[in-house]
Amino acid sequence: MTKRDWQSITLSAVLLAVAACLPLTGDAYMLSIGITIAMYAVLATSWALFSGPTHYISMATAAFFGLGTYTTAIGIENGLNYWVTLPIAAVLGAVLAVLVGLATLRLSGVYFVIFTLGLAELVRQVVTWGQNVSGQKGLYVLTDITEVHIYWQLLVLAAIVYLTGWAIGRSRLGFALRIIGDDEEVARHSGINTSRAKILLFMVSGATAAVVGSVLAPRYIYIEPALAFTPMLSFLVVIMALLGGTGRLWGPLVGVIPFTLLWEAISASFPNQTTLLLGLSFLVIVYLLPRGFVGLIESGKRKLREREAFA
Amino acid sequence: MTTGATVLSLRGATKRFGGLVAVNDMDFDVTEHEVLGLIGPNGSGKSTTLNLISGALRPTEGTISLRGTPISHLSAADIARRGIARTFQLVRLLPSMTVLENVRAGAVFGHRRRWGAEADAHALRMLALVGLDRRANAHVGELTYIDTKRVELARVLASEPKVLLLDEWLAGLNPTELEEGIALIKRLRDEGRTIILVEHVMDAIRSLCDRCVVMSTGTKIAEGTPEQVLSDPEVIRAYLGDDDA
Repeated sequence: MTKRDWQSITLSAVLLAVAACLPLTGDAYMLSIGITIAMYAVLATSWALFSGPTHYISMATAAFFGLGTYTTAIGIENGLNYWVTLPIAAVLGAVLAVLVGLATLRLSGVYFVIFTLGLAELVRQVVTWGQNVSGQKGLYVLTDITEVHIYWQLLVLAAIVYLTGWAIGRSRLGFALRIIGDDEEVARHSGINTSRAKILLFMVSGATAAVVGSVLAPRYIYIEPALAFTPMLSFLVVIMALLGGTGRLWGPLVGVIPFTLLWEAISASFPNQTTLLLGLSFLVIVYLLPRGFVGLIESGKRKLREREAFA
Repeated sequence: MTTGATVLSLRGATKRFGGLVAVNDMDFDVTEHEVLGLIGPNGSGKSTTLNLISGALRPTEGTISLRGTPISHLSAADIARRGIARTFQLVRLLPSMTVLENVRAGAVFGHRRRWGAEADAHALRMLALVGLDRRANAHVGELTYIDTKRVELARVLASEPKVLLLDEWLAGLNPTELEEGIALIKRLRDEGRTIILVEHVMDAIRSLCDRCVVMSTGTKIAEGTPEQVLSDPEVIRAYLGDDDA
């Protein structure tokens, strides 16, 4: 490992430690925003691990998230310990990712987007149907887990996701993914098993989203399909990741923090126009910041270097 | 130079697209250290034949084998790993990466797999071989046309293939570049590499190929040394039409 790696690891550890102190302020509102930021940071970062290098835009986050939420709810209802439901959710998320991957990763571009969007909806309808048959409307998730616990769990998850992303970035798999994103034909002819590489990364992303759903389940107390599988979640994750930029591991986080705060303000001031404003922000980001904040920062750095070269 | 062991052989290789027979019952062998030219008029099925060998397309019928082992049922990735590497008719580079990273792709995932400093050192050696080591850290967008072709060639060489497929590698070069290009491939030939060359440039065919296979409308119409096939009346008819034969 180089000196720079150690520097980034130290910096990340310090930031994480500072973030972990947030509950000490005792401010319930701050904690609630902290949870939302941590949740989207994990979701957007793990989304970008797959979609960043490959440019396959997945709209299935809600499917994995809901799967995790329901795994924990059903698990607890049937007498399982909460902590046992987390690894189960991870495994189920990975399995769903493999199934989706086998079915769709041969598709490219817009077909993949539509399929993943449809998948989340399909899973939601199946769960709704299942509940109608069983006569239940939703499920209660009653635990003694507090908001602070949820927050800390999300931070641990964030640390795991960053470490995983960092390790993948330095591995053959990470290099293979970048080649696939540049030119899949070249990747295949260079000897890369493209389907396997894509499915592996999609599993990481899917399992993470499922665990986030599990962790969040106790917060909702009462869950129903419309809440757990809301397509809004998938959209928000994509927007935040794109706003931050997917070219760097820390990119999505840079998008998550301002967007969550903006979103809080929008939801509080214009509760009836949220969808409209979400669409507008999507347009603004795609038109003005196609490569996100990361792109902005990097082109700024390049300009600065060029100016120095002239000086 | 056709005394070596057979490396690649096609037996009855056929590709149909619906009613169109693009490649019809192709038979030929490539022996070790040989440079084989695959020539013929436009649309005669040369590139499709190359695509069948590299696994970009799967043959409808027939078999292709590498050192006696059938490979025609394998994916392009598996075929690349077994040691057949290709360049593309329209150069394909990895646009977000530097020259060195492009070449590293071949070194990391190809027939002989390397990683880390070893892969970088090997990629640099390949860049030196094609005369581009000074531009290792350049972005591929900054390169001239012939240099993009050099990068692609270096990427392919970096995988240490047993058979090298060059799909019109010399096409589109200006006269000076063409000379450099021919000299470069000649050097590969002198190193004893096994190469299949799809080519239109006659000078290159005459000076580089040990043997030629001539295709017309998907079928092999002649096989032999460049002098033999280029003076074959049927080959002349295929290229120029009936009246001139």
